[in-house]
Amino acid sequence: MTTTTRGAAVTGAVGSAHTRVEGRDKVTGAARFSGEVPFAELTHGWLVLSTVARGRIRSVEDGPVLAMPGVLTVLHHENAPRVDIDYMGMLGRPNPILGIFQHDRVPFAGWPVALVVAETSEQAREAAEALVVRYDEEPHDVAFRAGRPDAYTPQDSPLVQAETEKGDLEAQLAASAVVLEAEYTTPEEHHNPMEPHAATARWEGGRLDVIDSNQGSTWVAGELAQLFSLDPASVRVRSEHVGGAFGSKGLSPHQVAAVMATTVLQRPVRVVLTRRQMFSLIGYRSPTAQRIRLGADADGRLRALDHQAQSLTSTVYEFVESSAVLGRVMYDADAHHTLHRLVRLDVPTPTWMRAPGEAPGSFALESALDELAEKCGMDPIALRVRNEPGTAPVSGLPFSSRNVLACYEEGARRFGWAGRDPRPGLRREGRWLLGTGMAAATYPSGVGPSTAAVTAEPDGTFTVRINAADVGTGARTAMALVAADALEVEADRVRVRIGDSDLGPAMIAGGSMGTRSWGWAVTIAANELRELLALGDGIPPEGITARSNTAEAIGALAQQERHSFGAQFAEVAVDEDTGEVRVRRLLGIFAAGTIVNPLTARSQLVGGMTWGLSMALHEEAVRDQASGGHVGADLVGYHYAAHADVPVIEADWVDDPVPGDPVGIKGIGEIGIVGVAAAIANAVWHATGVRHRNLPIRPDRVLRAADEARRRAAGGARGA
Amino acid sequence: MTPSTSSAITLNINGEKYLLPVDHRTTLLDALREHLDLTGSKKGCDQGQCGACTVLVDGRRALSCLQLAVAAEGRVITTIEGVADGDRLHPVQQAFLDLDGFQCGYCTPGQICSAIAVIEEHAAGWPSAATDDLRPDAGVPALGAEEIRERMSGNLCRCGAYVSIVQAVARAAEAAGSEDKEAVA
Repeated sequence: MTTTTRGAAVTGAVGSAHTRVEGRDKVTGAARFSGEVPFAELTHGWLVLSTVARGRIRSVEDGPVLAMPGVLTVLHHENAPRVDIDYMGMLGRPNPILGIFQHDRVPFAGWPVALVVAETSEQAREAAEALVVRYDEEPHDVAFRAGRPDAYTPQDSPLVQAETEKGDLEAQLAASAVVLEAEYTTPEEHHNPMEPHAATARWEGGRLDVIDSNQGSTWVAGELAQLFSLDPASVRVRSEHVGGAFGSKGLSPHQVAAVMATTVLQRPVRVVLTRRQMFSLIGYRSPTAQRIRLGADADGRLRALDHQAQSLTSTVYEFVESSAVLGRVMYDADAHHTLHRLVRLDVPTPTWMRAPGEAPGSFALESALDELAEKCGMDPIALRVRNEPGTAPVSGLPFSSRNVLACYEEGARRFGWAGRDPRPGLRREGRWLLGTGMAAATYPSGVGPSTAAVTAEPDGTFTVRINAADVGTGARTAMALVAADALEVEADRVRVRIGDSDLGPAMIAGGSMGTRSWGWAVTIAANELRELLALGDGIPPEGITARSNTAEAIGALAQQERHSFGAQFAEVAVDEDTGEVRVRRLLGIFAAGTIVNPLTARSQLVGGMTWGLSMALHEEAVRDQASGGHVGADLVGYHYAAHADVPVIEADWVDDPVPGDPVGIKGIGEIGIVGVAAAIANAVWHATGVRHRNLPIRPDRVLRAADEARRRAAGGARGA
Repeated sequence: MTPSTSSAITLNINGEKYLLPVDHRTTLLDALREHLDLTGSKKGCDQGQCGACTVLVDGRRALSCLQLAVAAEGRVITTIEGVADGDRLHPVQQAFLDLDGFQCGYCTPGQICSAIAVIEEHAAGWPSAATDDLRPDAGVPALGAEEIRERMSGNLCRCGAYVSIVQAVARAAEAAGSEDKEAVA
């Protein structure tokens, strides 16, 4: 049968709700994640991590362990295959943690020192726990605090501009009728995707074949080829289902370890991280110490904005948590200064975690705006509206679209913001003090080069090939909808293949760039295919395929500031006798370009907001200064929001056309979390009259703050 | 004589009998995933903190990572692979699918097994920490959102799908409730 698309053209798939195409597999348990693909002769690797925070490995006593039942090999710095970490990868130089077992140095607690491989996971685990590693320990320093004298300003990189500056800050602060100066801190936070990182590697027909869980198999395959000096065409990485990622699933030691071991043993090797190991091997969000100074006229117009953010990095690699970038987009001022500072400590290297930069940065800046509104006697929304810039405050470039005002308006209407009494500490319901708060949100809408192929099959169906990663976003479904509209056919005639480096290079699922990047490539290929089919020559048995590559088109994009925007609203209840803070409801309204699949988009935005709630009230990794490792590196020691913590959360969006943009899709993975912690902290102030500038807002902090407020009130009364 | 470190056991899973030799250290979860190729039950923490490995043992929810396989002999075990009726999804599965009660899908089998048990526990009159009236004659508490959140709190979801999971459990419970009423009538 030959079918062309002439005749009944169908569009409208994009923008209408579709359940996930792989949904049935996921609710029946049929979907196989990376550690679940069976192989004959499979062996199991178990990593052994350093127990000291700094020093040298004196010896790895592998003899007794090699004699244990089932143990096949123990890899460590004296016998492991060599790898090359001196290369430039897709996202820059590799993190030296990929160079496992190459030297005897230990730069932090939880550094990989050995891999034990055995016939079964039980044997590997017992042998790994029995392995004796001796160290020459050196003193370590893991103390992150504001204003460390050894803090430095990092060099600019393609990813982060360290400092921006315009105007005379001190002069503008001096000329301001209202000045706010405050310091904010956020703790170390961990991604903790539900699926632990897992890779199975084997040599098959002269090629390295890796089943992995990652955010981009083009990226992982390319890096593995570099690390092991292999022809890129001889490396295949597949990642069909990914059990959450949030920035943590790129290159990690487990993939390198699995490839080393399969090369040594010539049998398939699976390496799965334990939950505890994830705390030191996959990156995390750096703690931050942020100082904000705002100066304004009496009517709230900003004269000065200064946002300085300190974060940490390891001694082996530099990562900047770009917390100060928010003000470069959100608010203009006559004098404007943003600065990142870093401290190098004996800790693992941080990495991207959901809304890197904007998540902690928005807590500080959007809390500060609320404090300024209080000082100016203004409504927090009115203050933001007054400071709405025409063009981007720092770059001066026009915005591709900026519908944040519509978000404020729609959010205020739906939340019931009008008539809110701004005075704090007035509303009580039984033991609960009630308050409301809001914050703005923004996140860049980036794009990366991708290739795609769309094939018209002889049976009237279509196959889209794009090396996307579905980390829970619904990428398969989204690409089916995008392709269906471009082909002008029903979405159920389109099947989508993703998660395989053999499909050709494509952007990673990260930085809210996936759907925009892949959607662009799929649209171009599908449009071309539709035109080919319109010629009506019939479809041969092998089908007709059109291909695309967006690299050139991306290079030709107009210079504009491209961002998503949003407004977050929160209502909280605070019990000042127990210190408990309960979020009663959250509402987020977003302007994020074309929303491809409303069903899954709402899930993703609500998920981001759930992260914001969790960040505001719960998440905090505690580092033991004496050992340099974590206290309670598990899901009880590190609590993130559970069912009982999460109330009604609503997310919705306003129309956000992007004039002249070839895609119109902006990306929504990050923006849901941005501003939520500030909206909650602002609501806690509205409830109690106490500002919480340190996250998370733990019960002990609420109690201490309430005690101090009572003491001050009593002291003030005595004084009067 | 060397002490034996493994045994041949028979497990009753999803109505099938499986005879398998297991290392005594093997958990029920690893027996399912590594030995029986039933990989629907997930390993999120391997220490009873996340709920991803939840299965039904003799009809009640249990964390399969905290049970040794050898101790599961003689029990009736139901995993996510066994809750549907052939091609017809269990109402809880259908509600998760329709209401998008998941994102990455890794916690989903545990959430669904847990939810199936929650609906039964509730129907049987078991109270929870969110139940207001605990008197023995108070009757079955209403299965509102607060009750579902409390009862489901042993199942973590990092994607943050809780809001739609609660809606899905409520919808499935409602359907189960009306079926019961029909059966009585």
